Amino acid sequence: MKPLRLAAQAGAVALVVGLLGLLVWKVAHDNPGGVAADFNAGKKVQAVDFTLGRLNGKGSLSLSSLRGRVVVLNFWAAWCDPCKSEAPRFQSAFERYRRHGVAFVGLDVTDYSGDARAFLARYGITYPNVRDQRGSVLAKYGGLPIPRTYVVARSGRVVSYIFGEARPEAIDSAIKKALTA
Amino acid sequence: MKPLVAALAVLALSFAPAALASESHPTLTELEGEVMCPICNTTLDQSSSPAARQIEAVISRRIAAGDTKSQIKDRLVAEYGQKILAAPPKSGFNLLAWLLPIAGVLGGAVVLGALAWRWSRAREPVPVEARLDPALERRVDEELARFDEG
Repeated sequence: MKPLRLAAQAGAVALVVGLLGLLVWKVAHDNPGGVAADFNAGKKVQAVDFTLGRLNGKGSLSLSSLRGRVVVLNFWAAWCDPCKSEAPRFQSAFERYRRHGVAFVGLDVTDYSGDARAFLARYGITYPNVRDQRGSVLAKYGGLPIPRTYVVARSGRVVSYIFGEARPEAIDSAIKKALTA
Repeated sequence: MKPLVAALAVLALSFAPAALASESHPTLTELEGEVMCPICNTTLDQSSSPAARQIEAVISRRIAAGDTKSQIKDRLVAEYGQKILAAPPKSGFNLLAWLLPIAGVLGGAVVLGALAWRWSRAREPVPVEARLDPALERRVDEELARFDEG
């Protein structure tokens, strides 16, 4: 009886120690603010890679496949009102900057796919858009609320971050900064 | 016993038509309590966010198209994942979410029962050996004999 009791006690202690270890690991590795928090803290932040299914077009798109180019990442959703205002501005910027090798990627977050496609059609968006169905990529970039826009330099470093609705002049200056970085 | 079983069967059957109607002709109101808003962590009926309104509009469209409750939920799960449902489905790994609380309550009851049994056993009087020490017994006999003589 005694060895059994000892084994049960050792098991209980091991379980508690294991759970405590998990808690410490989670606290140490958790970064709720993601890329946005690090950028705002003045750190040099590399854009977090992702591979997501295309919303307009077939297959998937990886951020790493655009390495060597300036990339504008815009998180949006069809239910987001400021996203409606800024959508035509991104399309216009895409048309102006594509000849400079600037890539635009829209990341549609926690959205109904039918509504998201209708959104793209309504605003005439032609640059690649992907679906971040469960918001897992958005979480790494700072989470809700949206819209959020990140401009990534050729080196892969985030050089500009626009929180909220992006004004045309903010988009322009962020892209110019990335092109000269 | 038989009348009780029959009464329970009738009671159970009385709910069946309502459940069938709910499955084949769901309403937005009932689904609002079973579907989550993906950005606010509350059910749709507790949220007024644009994302919640978008899903309500989707549900209304699917109801109008004649979808059953299961079809609507399946469609939402395909779009947003299992987290869109307020309660996990009673199948596969998610079944654990339903069974573990029951197992916990039953396990707790067993542990409490075992503790109560041990406690009641510990309080029972321990039988004491009635025999006295022979020397003491002899002394008691002598004292009693002396008392009788006196």
